[in-house]
Amino acid sequence: MARAFRPSILTANDLLDGDVVYLARDGAWTRRSAEARLFEDEDEANRSLAAAESQEDAVVGPYLAAAVPGGQLGPEPVHIREALRATGPTNYCHGKQTGR
Amino acid sequence: MGRGNCGILVRDTGFQDDDWRADFVRWSGEDGHCALPDGAALDVENTAPAEDIVPFFGRIALIRIAFPSHMDGRGFSLARHLRLLGYRGRLRAAGRILADQYAMARRSGFDEVEIDPALAERQPEEQWLFRADWRTHDYQERLGRRRYHGAHGAQD
Amino acid sequence: MYRYDGFDREFVHARVAQFRQQVERRIKGSLTEEEFKPLRLMNGLYLQLHAYMLRVAIPYGTLQSRQMRQLAYIAERWDKGYGHFTTRQNIQFNWPRLKDVPDILDALADVEMHAIQTSGNCVRNVTADHFAGAADDEIADPRPTAELLRQWSTDHPEFAFLPRKFKIAVSGSPIDRAVTRAHDIGLRMIRNVVGEPGYEVCVGGGLGRTPMIGSVIRDFLPEADLLPYIESILQVYNAIGRRDNIYKARIKITVSEHGIEAFRESVEQRFRIQRETFAGEHQALLARIGAMFAAPVWIEAPTGAFDAALARDPVFRSFVDTNLHPHRNPDYAIVTISLKAHGATPGDATAEQMRVIAGLAERYGHDEIRISHEQNCILPHVHKRDVPAVHAALREAGLATANVGLASDIIACPGMDYCNLATARSIPIAQDIATRMKERGDERHIGDLKIKISGCINACGHHHVGHIGILGLDRAGVENYQITLGGDGTETAALGERAGPGFAADDVVPAVERLIDTYLELRSDDDEAFLATYRRVGMRPFKAALYPDTAAAAGR
Repeated sequence: MARAFRPSILTANDLLDGDVVYLARDGAWTRRSAEARLFEDEDEANRSLAAAESQEDAVVGPYLAAAVPGGQLGPEPVHIREALRATGPTNYCHGKQTGR
Repeated sequence: MGRGNCGILVRDTGFQDDDWRADFVRWSGEDGHCALPDGAALDVENTAPAEDIVPFFGRIALIRIAFPSHMDGRGFSLARHLRLLGYRGRLRAAGRILADQYAMARRSGFDEVEIDPALAERQPEEQWLFRADWRTHDYQERLGRRRYHGAHGAQD
Repeated sequence: MYRYDGFDREFVHARVAQFRQQVERRIKGSLTEEEFKPLRLMNGLYLQLHAYMLRVAIPYGTLQSRQMRQLAYIAERWDKGYGHFTTRQNIQFNWPRLKDVPDILDALADVEMHAIQTSGNCVRNVTADHFAGAADDEIADPRPTAELLRQWSTDHPEFAFLPRKFKIAVSGSPIDRAVTRAHDIGLRMIRNVVGEPGYEVCVGGGLGRTPMIGSVIRDFLPEADLLPYIESILQVYNAIGRRDNIYKARIKITVSEHGIEAFRESVEQRFRIQRETFAGEHQALLARIGAMFAAPVWIEAPTGAFDAALARDPVFRSFVDTNLHPHRNPDYAIVTISLKAHGATPGDATAEQMRVIAGLAERYGHDEIRISHEQNCILPHVHKRDVPAVHAALREAGLATANVGLASDIIACPGMDYCNLATARSIPIAQDIATRMKERGDERHIGDLKIKISGCINACGHHHVGHIGILGLDRAGVENYQITLGGDGTETAALGERAGPGFAADDVVPAVERLIDTYLELRSDDDEAFLATYRRVGMRPFKAALYPDTAAAAGR
């Protein structure tokens, strides 16, 4: 049985610098998870994923990651792995967290 | 049986049309090939048991080894093994091979590579010619590991 | 030290030119990501959680000061000012940009270094005993063999697309510091009854999902047969290793599914043919390489300064106690520089620290540096009179942590803080344990204890061979840590035994403390190490300490 769809953000790594990127509400790729578009509809999410997979010249390895709406900070990823991708490693303060 | 001349042939000199006009015979175990004609061309999977082909070496003009994926390196070892067992006919790698693997193919004992037109378009001739220098910077040769090729590609 | 000749130099620069072209083709769309991936991996370039990661080989763990300085330069010029030394004698840079990588590789080539085959399904960086050429217990220096294998495996035309990665380690001492038994091929340098040099060849060891201790495939392989024999093993593996299931693709599974006898027979069959195809050049080259690893000209000088410092300075005394190892020249010492300051990230060094180490090697250490699989740096040849000065300089740079071999000298993989494959974080667990050990203040009293942490089943942190092994897993999105006990990576190799259910992140440190306290109660005397006590008393008392509630319920 297929797993039930959960609201998700679409994320990948940038081809040129490897940075974590998210598909934003305006359809562009953003480095800030706060600007990520939260997909509530499964079909729409899959269509956007397929479109992202064809953007090999821009991003690498796009996938959907479960997230919850969150507050002013925008969608919050559910899994700790995605939380770490959104902020950076915990041992130093030099990932994305420095830009906040 | 399949036709040989549907792909593009890559040699050290670049792209060319396939000059092998006759049919290929698919290897299906030693029993089936007692009647293999002289000068036959054989199609083999990369899992073919090289030792079983040895008795037929004298009658085979060309062996074509399939590369089902660029991640599957079995064909390189099979080529090397055929050479070590004494095969000196023409040896061809065919299928999913990247220009970046051309040097590996040549050093393993292949004389030529066959690719489909779509791959040739995406990886044009100059990318293959870039690795036509496969004889240089070869650590294995420096260590005394001999290279073998068929009469066709025996530039060594 | 091996020095590149014209051939090596041209090779590494040509290889960078090839990679530069591959990067351009990827950016232009001539190579798909699927096609580019194995090519970038073969040049050490991963895509990790936050960024690309470049893994640079430190062949058999040996470095010169100019190379270490170049690593420092790369860290500052193209990364965030530090590097991470790994359990396979590599250094990883965590933040390079794709476009910069060819330039970084050129900078490495300038100092006779590269990132070739530090990843991918090929023969990886060959590792060796980090005390090679220095330890008093050594039979033969493993580095010439490792260098020969490096050259043989580099760009090997048959073995760049194996079923899975392939790791070779070499040891030249009966004391196995290279974990040879946990490698795809482990070589121990030995002599036969008539005194001829050769190798005991082990095959099919490995950690990861299905940990196995390697089996002896040849109890004595003459030195001259090494390359054709290894090539035969790889040929058989390439032909029959499984490609249908990534978890069954390592040679350990091939050997165990076919049985060592049948596998050996296939290898010997190939070997009979292979042997004829290798001309003698490799033996001449081995002799040339061997000459380059000749011992430095030892300084002859009194060691009084060492003895005086030892008598005078308790801080120096404790450093000597843990961080020095006997050298083959009794006037010398092997000095280990701990990259495990309590609370720091295991194996990380800043560019500044790298330069300090380079300077000390140049001034006091015959210009030699080693990197150990235990993620520490080593000055293999320091005259004893200079050890006090080395210690003073290390203290100034914050590098004099005297904990080598103790509970806070923890191996930890990068874990989920960096790694794409990880299921849990490793670094914070290591930091917390080490910090707690410092608070307790009794790690010297505890003695020899190897704690090893992996952030996933792939076991880069060698947890299976830790006296205490910790494996981080993902339990429904929450980090959970399993503990194994009794592992051993040395010549008495053994795999740790799983103690029971896992622990939440916050409960790991208390669990480790309960293990340590149980050991302290049970040891026969201060000289009985944790592993010896465990082997004597078994799992039970430790299990009872780990799971007091279960133990109490069972006793009721």
